[in-house]
Amino acid sequence: MNFFTELIEGLAISWSAIRANKLRSVLTTLGIVIGIVTVTLMGTAIQGVNNSFMGSISSIGADVLYIDRYGWFLNSRDAWLKAARNPNVSFADLDALQSQMTLAQAIAPTASDYDTIKYGKRTTTSAPILGTTEDYQFTSGIIMAEGHFLTSAECDGGRPVCVLGANLATNLFQNVTPIGEKVIVDKYEFEVVGVMDKQGGFSEQGGADSQIIVPLRQFIRRIWSNPPLTIQVKAASLDQLPDAKEELRSILRRTRHIAPGDSDNFAINQQDQFLEMFHRVAGTIAGIGIFITGLSLFVGGIGIMNIMFVSVAERTREIGVRKAIGAKNRTILLQFIIEAACICVIGGIIALLIAWPATLLLKKAMPAEMSPLVVLGALVAAAVTGILSGFFPAWRAARMNPVDALRNE
Amino acid sequence: MKLLTWTHRLWNWLTYLLGGLQKGKPKTVHGSDLKTGRHKMSLIRLQKISRRYQMGAETVHALREVSLDIHRGEYVAIMGPSGSGKSTLMNLVGCLDSPTGGTYELNGHFVSEMNDNQLAEIRNKEIGFIFQTFNLLPRSDALRNVELPLVYAGISKHDRRERAMQALTNVGLADRVHHKPNEMSGGQRQRVAVARALVNRPSILLADEPTGNLDSKTGTEILALFQQLADTGNTIIVVTHEEEVALHARRIIRIRDGLIASDEVVKK
Repeated sequence: MNFFTELIEGLAISWSAIRANKLRSVLTTLGIVIGIVTVTLMGTAIQGVNNSFMGSISSIGADVLYIDRYGWFLNSRDAWLKAARNPNVSFADLDALQSQMTLAQAIAPTASDYDTIKYGKRTTTSAPILGTTEDYQFTSGIIMAEGHFLTSAECDGGRPVCVLGANLATNLFQNVTPIGEKVIVDKYEFEVVGVMDKQGGFSEQGGADSQIIVPLRQFIRRIWSNPPLTIQVKAASLDQLPDAKEELRSILRRTRHIAPGDSDNFAINQQDQFLEMFHRVAGTIAGIGIFITGLSLFVGGIGIMNIMFVSVAERTREIGVRKAIGAKNRTILLQFIIEAACICVIGGIIALLIAWPATLLLKKAMPAEMSPLVVLGALVAAAVTGILSGFFPAWRAARMNPVDALRNE
Repeated sequence: MKLLTWTHRLWNWLTYLLGGLQKGKPKTVHGSDLKTGRHKMSLIRLQKISRRYQMGAETVHALREVSLDIHRGEYVAIMGPSGSGKSTLMNLVGCLDSPTGGTYELNGHFVSEMNDNQLAEIRNKEIGFIFQTFNLLPRSDALRNVELPLVYAGISKHDRRERAMQALTNVGLADRVHHKPNEMSGGQRQRVAVARALVNRPSILLADEPTGNLDSKTGTEILALFQQLADTGNTIIVVTHEEEVALHARRIIRIRDGLIASDEVVKK
């Protein structure tokens, strides 16, 4: 008898054994059901959180490259001294990028300074002022609460308009709608065209909610005539980020006439450090979560093992008869392992039927997603639990001496 | 595919551990010699068979160098009081147990040299067991019970169904094939057991107190069935302590204290 027919026969025998002890099978399965449900829900929750994080990452700016004179993470004095010799990022660099980049969705130059902002009697001192173009909305993923962001007409024409951060707007304006009002920066008037949604403390400028954004041309004319730029380049997609980075580097090197072999005299910054940190934290949480829920599956497995030992003891005589009429030891082994695996896989399927609507409920409270991978994982986990916990009882059955087994009452 | 290969390898290794281990150096015997040897008439040949059990510090000698030949077509009864060693002898002849000394040859196979897996195969192909308590699988119907030896022999579903039906018809139970053991009388159950024992066409039929759990009328019926089987050339060995049952056989072997006390032909 080959492995395959033994498998088929084992399945048939196991199925009739499971049906013969309905209540016991149901109770045993319950342990596995609970284990698989918790593991599956944990899996869907982890995957949901991961997916929603990846979905929102573009708004945080992980697919954006920041071209700057200085690198963000200069870890030695030498590196700092070397960076200090770099020229400022200039409009020539910007022009080159805007005309030659193919893998960019949006390119936004930014210049920043601090100044006092006034509206009527209310004043905010040393508020961050950002001069940029309409593309900044895309590179920084800005969402407007009121009004609109700087338009290309306003930027090209260098109109005296501005967009306010949420905190700045509430500080300056009380009981007044800011849109259409004029604020004074230094001594120049800027008309408020929009107020940004609150971004929270997680934006790259640190104080995004308290800043004022003006067209770059106005910034140059009124505030700082020749500022050092930071250029934000949003890659066409997160996948193409490395390619975009290479393209950007080669364009800048050509523009700046850097000889092959010489090092870059500019820095390309990106938020991969941030991503890395997320993966580390999320990985740890996922690991702990799966471990704790896995414990309940383990307990379920112990239940299966226990009941299989009982089942083997109860059916000692049957084992003896089967051996007497020609069942090999391995046939008996397979029969009991399959029985345990069957109970577990049935438990796994029931668990998935429970976990699926539960995921839909969970979705209301937090991001959750039941992927085919989680489904497959749950079924495999159930089968493996069955095989492992069925192994020792099955081994005991297989090793029984037929004479003693037949004598058993 | 790789996973499948590894599963198979693991499976083979487990099979090896589970009784694939050789009991010692197997005798190199060529099949042709076995079938045409000098004792070609003996179906069963026991030579100086001993079986000792270790009971704590004490060694029990259940059989002491028993030698015995049984030929094809014989109808033999083995008798003896309890503790005489007759059960041990039956277990050894039935390949359920291995001797601690001596050699056992069954239909040309050196059984005393075999490992667990080979013994299982021999039991499947050469021996049909009939037990005092029938030992049918309670959850399976008559047909499935009779089919079981064929399942372990690896015979296709269609063939085994046909052969099981034939075997049940032969014992007069063609109308009871889908009854479960608890839906049948003791006599009918024992007939199912006989059908199961015969279905794989074994060389010997080994019955342990076949009438012990039956009333005398049904017992007589079963013994009549045995007589019929013996008349058609089957080799039958019945282990019993009832003189009446033994008298149906043509040869009676009496065991006492692990030795053969007498071995005589029944005069009719």
